[in-house]
Amino acid sequence: MCGTCGCGEGQVQIDGKHHHGQPREIALERDIMAKNDGYADANRRRFVEDGILALNLVSSPGSGKTEILVKTIEMLSCATPCYVVEGDQQTSNDADRIRATGAPAVQINTGKGCHLDAHMVGHAVDDLGPKPGGIVFIENVGNLVCPAGFDLGEAHKVVVLSITEGEDKPLKYPDMFAAADLALINKADLLPYLDVDIDLMVANARRINPRLVIIQTSAKTGAGMADWLKWIRTAHHLAAAAAAE
Amino acid sequence: MHEMSLCENIREIIQEQAEKDGFTRVNRVWLEVGPLSCVEPDALRFGFDVVMRGSVAEGASVEITTSPAKARCLTCQQTATVRQRYDPCPLCGAGPMEMIQGDALKISKLEVV
Repeated sequence: MCGTCGCGEGQVQIDGKHHHGQPREIALERDIMAKNDGYADANRRRFVEDGILALNLVSSPGSGKTEILVKTIEMLSCATPCYVVEGDQQTSNDADRIRATGAPAVQINTGKGCHLDAHMVGHAVDDLGPKPGGIVFIENVGNLVCPAGFDLGEAHKVVVLSITEGEDKPLKYPDMFAAADLALINKADLLPYLDVDIDLMVANARRINPRLVIIQTSAKTGAGMADWLKWIRTAHHLAAAAAAE
Repeated sequence: MHEMSLCENIREIIQEQAEKDGFTRVNRVWLEVGPLSCVEPDALRFGFDVVMRGSVAEGASVEITTSPAKARCLTCQQTATVRQRYDPCPLCGAGPMEMIQGDALKISKLEVV
């Protein structure tokens, strides 16, 4: 530290003299997301080592994520232990709905926060203590914007879009569709009552992400759920194979 | 408003750097914000002023630089500059385009005293 004024610059010298009070530039090139990404990498390592499939479900509020999860767990859990991390600003309603299926669930309340981050998820997974070979579903805060930018260590982001939200949602909120590997177009049973052009919705999603896998589902009637389960089982086998390596 | 939590990350990085390099005030912060980085520059500026209060970067000005997004066309296989994710290929008019650059989000440099 500088003995003259205590400015903390005592170690800086230019031409052998103490450099004092002159502005200087420091090149940093530091990634702003580095801290989150470090936690995400740790989560991912843990999932891979234990052969756990982790899926991050993202959508706007009210797309039917929790209902899809409830039905999915009921269809899966005889064969595979399932765990759920629930993210919402307030209430434990969703975790309560999941626990009613018998699957362990942890509710994260983000308060004013608009997304889950990898640090919160790491602690939630510690609390859940998933068995090797299980499936961890992370239901993110209902928000089609912010959760796109936060890696949680998941194997895949799954975006859920209900058909009542309109054909142009993928164009209006492109980041989320770009970040996802799978899109579930949910509430497909409502199609006869709406003017929505589902082919256009699919085409818009593919304009954003040409590699996006798209499945139409109705958690209510069960339509499309077999295809979604098939996709999960394939991803689960890949997670098991990665752990075996 | 995840820009607020990004500003908290920025504050933390700057505080760490201040301890390491021994500076006590930051005049200017240069941020690189890619056009595909899920960040709204105006929201980031707003959050920055609020979050930096009480830190070495209180009152610092923010310079945001943006380098263009690049994408590869899956039809003509060429690489081109695009403005948005759903732009058609500017070279062949078709698409779709697969993004290869443009999501950078970093602190490039600081001017400190």
